[in-house]
Amino acid sequence: MSAEDTPKDYSESPISLEYQYTAGSATTRFLNQVREGKLVGQSCPKCKAVYVPPRGSCPRCGVATDIEVPLTDKGCIESFTVVHIPIPGNPIVPPYVCAMIRLDGTNISFLHLIQEVDIEEIRIGMRIQAVWKPKEEWAHSLENIKWFAPIDEPDIDVRTLRFQEL
Amino acid sequence: MNDQKDLLRAPFELAYTYKRSNGPVMSKFFDGLGEQKILGTKSRTGKVFAPAAEFDPDTHESLSDMIEVGPGGTIESFSWIDNPKHHHLLKKPFAFALIKLDGADTSMLHMVTNCNESDLSIGSRVTASWSKTQEKRITDIQFFNLET
Repeated sequence: MSAEDTPKDYSESPISLEYQYTAGSATTRFLNQVREGKLVGQSCPKCKAVYVPPRGSCPRCGVATDIEVPLTDKGCIESFTVVHIPIPGNPIVPPYVCAMIRLDGTNISFLHLIQEVDIEEIRIGMRIQAVWKPKEEWAHSLENIKWFAPIDEPDIDVRTLRFQEL
Repeated sequence: MNDQKDLLRAPFELAYTYKRSNGPVMSKFFDGLGEQKILGTKSRTGKVFAPAAEFDPDTHESLSDMIEVGPGGTIESFSWIDNPKHHHLLKKPFAFALIKLDGADTSMLHMVTNCNESDLSIGSRVTASWSKTQEKRITDIQFFNLET
């Protein structure tokens, strides 16, 4: 390291991009139900796979998924990461757990937070359930679910999480 | 299916809080701006890069020989902005211009204002106007004005 490598070598260089986000029709229908505290997936008419959040089509079959499937807010951890490093602007204090959540009866997972758990206990297949915000705070957002927390049910067989061939 | 008008819409901002490491050469360039000086780097072949370059792209030579250029220069190319948008730094009509500063062999992108589009042409003489406060950033040069 030379004498020139001093702290003043750094300059603030923030970048921001402003978007107008438009949810498609599938996401709009999904979020309208989330607003009411309900999780509703969509199922493929061909391969029967259930997607949540639905994107309106089946990536395997290439067909529209217009069959709505009401879901429970229970599921299991498909995969997880323990985050130890703080991210600027993120209000969650490390260590915390981000997990891919597989809701019961679905064939795809989504990312959410796990709390109310001893980090040493986290494992793939662990049973969890959504912890919802108070109803008066509900909006068109999956943030209506504060996080998922473990429930007192036996782990699922992780082989059931594997990709199912058609 | 929802009608188009029923689709949910929301503003969304993606922001990154970067800190940039300037390195030894660019640090001197930005320090220079803090003293109202525009610094370039000079290669062994005598070519002057401004703003300062860390390497000669032709010979791959590491450059560290700093040399002051400008504050005057000539317009090499420009693009007139008649209706600045909210993200532009200037709120009145201006040109983005490539300016070859006096003493330099390369050109620097900056803004030219306080003129009409018809006043500008390739080869027009301009000079740097400094911001009131210096923060060791490229915006320490507020813009360039046409030389009178």
